[in-house]
Amino acid sequence: MTSFPFIVAAWLLLVGLWGVVSSRNLVRTVLSLTVVQSATYLVLLGVGYRTGGKAPIVADIPLGSRLVDPIVQVLVLTDVVIEATVLALLLALVVQAHKRFGSVDPAELRALRN
Amino acid sequence: MSRRFRIGLFALAGPGLTAVLLIGMHGLPAFGHLHAVTGLLIDRIEPHLRHATDIVTALNFDLRAYDTLGEEFILFASVTGVALLLRHLRNEDESRQDVRGIEEHRFGGASPSLRMTGLVLIPMMVALGAYVVLHGALTPGGGFQGGIVLAAGPLAILLAGRYLALRRVAPDWALESLESVGATAYTLIGVGGLIFAGVFMKNFLPLGTPGKLLSAGTMPLNSIAVGLEVTGAFLLTWTEFFDQALLVARR
Amino acid sequence: MSHLSALPVVVPFLAGPLLVTIGTFAPRWIEDGLGLISALAVSALCLLLVVHASTQPYAYWLGGFRPRQGVAIGISLSIDPLGAGMAAFAAILVTAALAYSLRYFDAVKGLFHGLMLLFMAGMVGFCLTGDLFNLVVFFELMSAAAYALTAYRIEERAPIQGAINFAITNSVAGYAMFIAIGLLYARTGALNLAQIGAALDGHPADPLVVVSMVLLFAGFLTKAAVVPLHFWLADAHAVAPVPVCVLFSGVMVELGLYAVARLYWEVFAGPLAGHAGQLRAIFVAFGVLTALLGAWMCLVQRHIKRLLAFSTISHVGMFVCGIGLLSPKALAGVAVYIVGHGLTKGALFMCAGVLLHRFATIDEFDLHGLGREVPVVGVLFAAGALLLAAAPPLTLYLGKSMLEGASTEAGYGWLIAVFVLASAMTAGAMLRVTGRVFLGWGPAEGPDPRQARAAEKRVDETRGRRDHTPLVMVVVPAVLLVTAAAVGLVPGAVPAVEHQALRFVDHSAYARWVLGSGRHIIWPAIKPSHVEAVDVLFALLSVGGAVGLAALGLFGRPLREGLPPRIQRPARHALLTLRRLHSGEIGDYIAWWTAGTAVLGAACLLALT
Repeated sequence: MTSFPFIVAAWLLLVGLWGVVSSRNLVRTVLSLTVVQSATYLVLLGVGYRTGGKAPIVADIPLGSRLVDPIVQVLVLTDVVIEATVLALLLALVVQAHKRFGSVDPAELRALRN
Repeated sequence: MSRRFRIGLFALAGPGLTAVLLIGMHGLPAFGHLHAVTGLLIDRIEPHLRHATDIVTALNFDLRAYDTLGEEFILFASVTGVALLLRHLRNEDESRQDVRGIEEHRFGGASPSLRMTGLVLIPMMVALGAYVVLHGALTPGGGFQGGIVLAAGPLAILLAGRYLALRRVAPDWALESLESVGATAYTLIGVGGLIFAGVFMKNFLPLGTPGKLLSAGTMPLNSIAVGLEVTGAFLLTWTEFFDQALLVARR
Repeated sequence: MSHLSALPVVVPFLAGPLLVTIGTFAPRWIEDGLGLISALAVSALCLLLVVHASTQPYAYWLGGFRPRQGVAIGISLSIDPLGAGMAAFAAILVTAALAYSLRYFDAVKGLFHGLMLLFMAGMVGFCLTGDLFNLVVFFELMSAAAYALTAYRIEERAPIQGAINFAITNSVAGYAMFIAIGLLYARTGALNLAQIGAALDGHPADPLVVVSMVLLFAGFLTKAAVVPLHFWLADAHAVAPVPVCVLFSGVMVELGLYAVARLYWEVFAGPLAGHAGQLRAIFVAFGVLTALLGAWMCLVQRHIKRLLAFSTISHVGMFVCGIGLLSPKALAGVAVYIVGHGLTKGALFMCAGVLLHRFATIDEFDLHGLGREVPVVGVLFAAGALLLAAAPPLTLYLGKSMLEGASTEAGYGWLIAVFVLASAMTAGAMLRVTGRVFLGWGPAEGPDPRQARAAEKRVDETRGRRDHTPLVMVVVPAVLLVTAAAVGLVPGAVPAVEHQALRFVDHSAYARWVLGSGRHIIWPAIKPSHVEAVDVLFALLSVGGAVGLAALGLFGRPLREGLPPRIQRPARHALLTLRRLHSGEIGDYIAWWTAGTAVLGAACLLALT
């Protein structure tokens, strides 16, 4: 099934967003975001694959051989760092929330009711 | 808004969004048959252009160095945020800490052989990390990957049951300075391109022979700068979280 | 001169880490000074770039990688007056916010200044770049600094929740954009905006292009807080420190719209040219919904910062209508309007900050009559409200009139009624606040006792009352208001914006000056638009409506309670439902985000393919 990676990516997006919407624990909400992130990685890397291509390291392979696309790899590398660090910031916020509100249930965070 | 309404709304919207995405992805070229002009061109010309054998690193630190600059500072801003959030929390509880007692209680059971193993592992990991950082332009790796391995080295001290020793080796101010030095160094290398070669982020050092350590111009320097920043940033993040878990007395 | 192009981003990147490192031990005046100097330097650099690019926009290829064989292999900065102008505007507002925070905070660590500079770097880089992935990277930088700044007041509970809601919603927006980049790269093999546009030209819009557009727009419109992607904004504004709110409402939200305009005109205008009418309808629908819902929620707030936040949402709705009209005149109107709105809203937030700083509360009813101690601030607040209602002949009025003219030309004349209504409602809410707080008019207790109890439990930013307001906290908003009023009156300023807007929307010219060898392009000349007499009428209607609504809010309670229950009960029920939707729970927000994006996607797929 040649479009399998993309179907999996769409599924991960759905499941991840479902996790964020339905979670009763902020840690689970934040980790569901990592699931959505994986969807983005899959789309980017799946797009970049070339059948029979080698990794874009030309140290010991003949010049001009078929390589997979290097640009999406750079995009994913940047993407991973960005998302990992923002996630760290989110988890620090969750730690603070636990301390201030005494709970990590999103329904218990009532400081902003209108 | 009741939970049932929210779930119901998502039960309609989620599959709808997924369907939209799938319809869009239907127009993608078949998996494995990408024909991307930019990627192909770079594959062909890059080795001649910058004498780097790892094309991904060449993209990261040279062709698309400006993206990496932004990414560096996202790392910096997020870790500053983490420090802002968690450090204050820790200072609040400082008066309630009986630090010695905690160490005795939490880590007293670590055996000497565990500690010895940790001691042996650390120089190996640091060496591996340094190797990956320095050879960024030649082999798979680079500043980010090597930086994580370097950060994992001191973490072995924690795993060997000596968390407070880790805090003595890697105090907050040192990690923060390491991070700032890395970020500033990367920017200054770019400014060096502006001063010495006329354009911001232009590679201005001699390119050398491909495959040697001192090749590809400024790429090893960029790699080192990024490695320093990533090490400092991730160690800072991990120690801030571990402080919360291990040092702050649970009430 | 073009060598300076990257410096607006480099300066804060050098100063930011420095400030964070020395923050723990350096005296306050060094941190303040370094922050202000950096912000001023960046403002000056961006203004230089505007001037330099006004005759001929240019592309600055980073790393010296000019396009080869017509393919862009490096990252380009596309410096044109509108983009550089937005960057300058962002830097100027950051300078004002830093000046204001000289006295607003009692004690602040170097982390605040460092994060503000990184925030500025993110915004400036966002405006100057010409590469799609770079755009998203600077979007994330802007957002990461914003999350940290929102949670700055960690001693209190509400900022934590506000920051969590903000961070999760905007992160999901970022993920959508990454997926869109993957799709576009697979189709066009390019990341440079001009090159993507050139590659998509000449082919009709197929589902892949439409879906990537939807995902990108959904991401940027989340940042711009368009309904139903807007829930995070009121929460974030309610809890972030006032200097940060100035930046959020004044420029960060508007940058989302800038990106939508840039992406439409430079990338998607080619394949979608035939469907402009349908796209216009979709944009206008979302815009009208946002404008009216924002205005209604604004009227019923008693937390002054939330009130101002919903007024921003309402104005964003009007901006979206303007951009959605897809004409250069409307774009010029929106550009002028954004500048006026940003300066005015910034000044209004600063005035609210004075109240918070002095009286330790930001609730409209708790502040009843207390504002008499600071009459100057009252004058500024009222002036700001009137400016936002587009009082003639000032900047906002000029922008508005262009928008109205463009609406009529595009066949959307009824939009003018929406604009008038929304402006009147938001300005009316602000005038009501002025009356209640600074003149002591109207009842001192709110209609809803539950809300009053909730307001008491909220702990606000600074503790304890003060009896002295520092001069700089009043001077800075005054300067902003004067600038907001006057900048449109500078001779030649507004026609220049129209001129640049015309160049901005020229899709093929963009590809030529970015990817080409920089040969001089002949730009068409236009007749600048004039203010029509009927525009004065609309503006006076807004102002009159605002005054009327304010009076109703202050003195109209017996009138409202005298309404028959057949009208009262459903109205109250509708209002209660609307408020309950803004629950503060992240699950709700993401459910609405998914719904909004799905609806946008379905509408675009049906209408544009």
